Amino acid sequence: MNYFPEIKELPPDPLFGLKARYTKDSRSDKVDLGIGAYRDNNGKPWILPAVKLAEKKLINDDSYNHEYLPIEGYKDFVVNAGKIIIGEESVAIKEDRIVSQQSLSGTGALHLVGKFLKDFYHNKTAKIYLSKPTWANHNQIFTSLGFEVDNYPYWDNDNKSLDLQGFLKAIEDAPQGSIFLLHACAHNPTGLDPTEDQWLQILNKLSEKDHLPLFDSAYQGFASGNLEKDSFSIRTAVDKKIFKAPILICQSFAKNCGMYGERVGAVHVIPSETNEKLNNAIASQLKKIIRSEISNPPAYGAKIVATILNDKELFNQWQEDLTTMSSRINKMRLKLRELLINLQTPGTWDHIVNQTGMFSFTGLNPDMVKRLEEKHGIYMVGSGRASVAGLNDGNVEKVANAFDEVVRFYAKSKL
Amino acid sequence: MLRRNIKSTRSFSITASLGKWTEIPLAPPDKILGISEAYNKDSNNKKINLGVGAYRDNFGKPIIFPSVKKAEVLLLEKETEKEYTPIIGSKNFQNLVKNFIFNNSGKDPNGEKLINEGRIVTSQTISGTGSLRVIADFFNRFYSSKKIIVPKPTWANHIAVLKDAGLEPSFYEYYNTSINGLDYEKLIESIKSVDNETIILLHACCHNPTGMDLTNEQWDEVLNIIIEKNLYPMVDMAYQGFSSGDPYKDIEVIRKLNKLVVDGKIKSYSLCQSFAKNMGLYGERTGSISIITESAEQSQSIESQLKKLIRPMYSSPPIHGSKIVETIFSNEELLNQWLTELNEVVGRLNTVRTKLFEKLDGSIYNWDHLNKQRGMFIYTGLSQEQVIKLRNEYSVYATEDGRFSISGVNDDNVDYLADAMNKVIKESK
Repeated sequence: MNYFPEIKELPPDPLFGLKARYTKDSRSDKVDLGIGAYRDNNGKPWILPAVKLAEKKLINDDSYNHEYLPIEGYKDFVVNAGKIIIGEESVAIKEDRIVSQQSLSGTGALHLVGKFLKDFYHNKTAKIYLSKPTWANHNQIFTSLGFEVDNYPYWDNDNKSLDLQGFLKAIEDAPQGSIFLLHACAHNPTGLDPTEDQWLQILNKLSEKDHLPLFDSAYQGFASGNLEKDSFSIRTAVDKKIFKAPILICQSFAKNCGMYGERVGAVHVIPSETNEKLNNAIASQLKKIIRSEISNPPAYGAKIVATILNDKELFNQWQEDLTTMSSRINKMRLKLRELLINLQTPGTWDHIVNQTGMFSFTGLNPDMVKRLEEKHGIYMVGSGRASVAGLNDGNVEKVANAFDEVVRFYAKSKL
Repeated sequence: MLRRNIKSTRSFSITASLGKWTEIPLAPPDKILGISEAYNKDSNNKKINLGVGAYRDNFGKPIIFPSVKKAEVLLLEKETEKEYTPIIGSKNFQNLVKNFIFNNSGKDPNGEKLINEGRIVTSQTISGTGSLRVIADFFNRFYSSKKIIVPKPTWANHIAVLKDAGLEPSFYEYYNTSINGLDYEKLIESIKSVDNETIILLHACCHNPTGMDLTNEQWDEVLNIIIEKNLYPMVDMAYQGFSSGDPYKDIEVIRKLNKLVVDGKIKSYSLCQSFAKNMGLYGERTGSISIITESAEQSQSIESQLKKLIRPMYSSPPIHGSKIVETIFSNEELLNQWLTELNEVVGRLNTVRTKLFEKLDGSIYNWDHLNKQRGMFIYTGLSQEQVIKLRNEYSVYATEDGRFSISGVNDDNVDYLADAMNKVIKESK
């Protein structure tokens, strides 16, 4: 008998598959613009100085150990993580309207929130609306939990800008009480965020229709270098008190602390009314899910982040580190655009500098991306998303020339 | 339609909007971790926590294995990145787990053969619970039966984890509290009575909570029934090393299973494993699953499906614990140090076990089972009432099934504990 008769081999996950192909490539000047992890100007991974200092402080502390964390996570971490995202002075904190649970970084947070919504959201038929396009994993996180997933327009490819009208219309047309997943900042993959005014329109429209806003915050501080600025959308939604539905936040410290593999994140649930009993019920149900999936969350990364958030000097160092990362990326955006303009590459390239965060949605099509990989050894996702962090002074010219070559190649074949 | 919807939105009062969420009932606190919370609140300075299964030294303090600490210091010096690992963990971690457990570090030719033939798929997981969750989810998707039997009693979280993943757990007989021993006849009988192809969960060693393991001969007989009935063995190994003090000796059942696979008597089995206890990496959540497959080709398919399952749950596993494990295994000196330290830890548990046995009054209660039990726990046989009495009157905290985590006992509190236990037993006679 065959124990697993129906099992079939699946193609690799696109992002992890891309990384595998890159690793195998023997060309010495290959460039990885695929997976979203920061690289320094030498193309090397970077452990933030604030993190290194925190690690040193942590493991030399007498009270350091490897005991189990409580199911809800490391208290110093979850509480301060909440303050970082909605602001220390937030009305939700003053009114005791925040329930926090540590999670396995961003994916774990989204999975947890999805499962919680599946069990307890009043609208049992609610669909989850994702931006089009969105992070490759979003869709399966929710479909694997049994949700029906739909899209809202976001990226206007013709104008390389936000399709605000399409977005607002989708909010209007969605059945009341739907769930909208919003990228808090540094939209993945387009790097394009609504302006503050556009956010106000979006949030107002969402609240009018009594939709539930679910924020995915993966890049706070990484986008602009400023924690407050990068949480504008979330803080506005909380402070304006326009939502009757609870506000849900999925928070990750993978990018802004460079703690990718440590899996540090949190879920924050912000009900619209103060109700201690409700808070306790929410907390207990989140814990129940965690207990049956992982028992309790991993300690080390959470302790590092807590150490940074609790120590003024380390916190300042972290601010500096955020600026280091975001300004280097911005420099590369400017450089790439400048080179493409100098090369007179067909098309407009302003969007590269208007976008923010780790990525640029270049507008290159799948054929061009394929040619970049095969002919030039430059690896990026088929959608045309380039991780700008993969650019540096040593390779940006090669990349610009290669962009130029593939764009002209396909422009020519069209004629 | 649209108009009506909008109208009903407006009619939502504050209470109605709260009503959306007040249907959320308060979930009961977790039994084991709830005990720690109660313990922490107790102001009695003689209080003893025998609840959570984490090691304490003779001063009642948590420890970091010195070998682990050394590995961390090395990491602090040498680590240059904190990138994501692949979805199922680093290749290095997978390979060392395979070699350590299935090849028994070069001592199991059957396991070695399975590794070389590409018939073992290993994935790093979120320690033991995460490993059970993933494997159960995998079986729910791809195995012919959803039925899984677990020993009665078993670890408090097993049922919740298995159910949550969509399996249908039920019990097989294991232990008889009235004799404080294995109920072997009933065990055999109950395994024989389940449907063919049922999954059977086996505790590799240091059965949790009873501490009572099968003998070599008993394992053989159970495995024969597994072959006859075509049951699927799923091994849970949370305490490798805690039975004998030597992790290489505590995996007799793995060796037996490897041989059965190589001999063609069974085709597949699975292992859930963690370094939580034997390296003291509890909170770092470091463990793995392995599936022994029928062919290298099937391994590929299974691996790809595991990735598909894990990616939307948490993307990739946490690295700190697995890097510690990798560091220790890549350095022979550290590895030997760890093995020595593990042996000392288990040695202390056995010493305390003996001390407690000596101080307990054998004339009012037969405590012989204490010396047969292995691992981190003693399964006292005390009733729920007696456990509650110990808690309320003596500030001795344990789970209500009478399981005591032996590492909570030390030179300073063993007299107090034995005295309390003797009193509670006397009073209930």
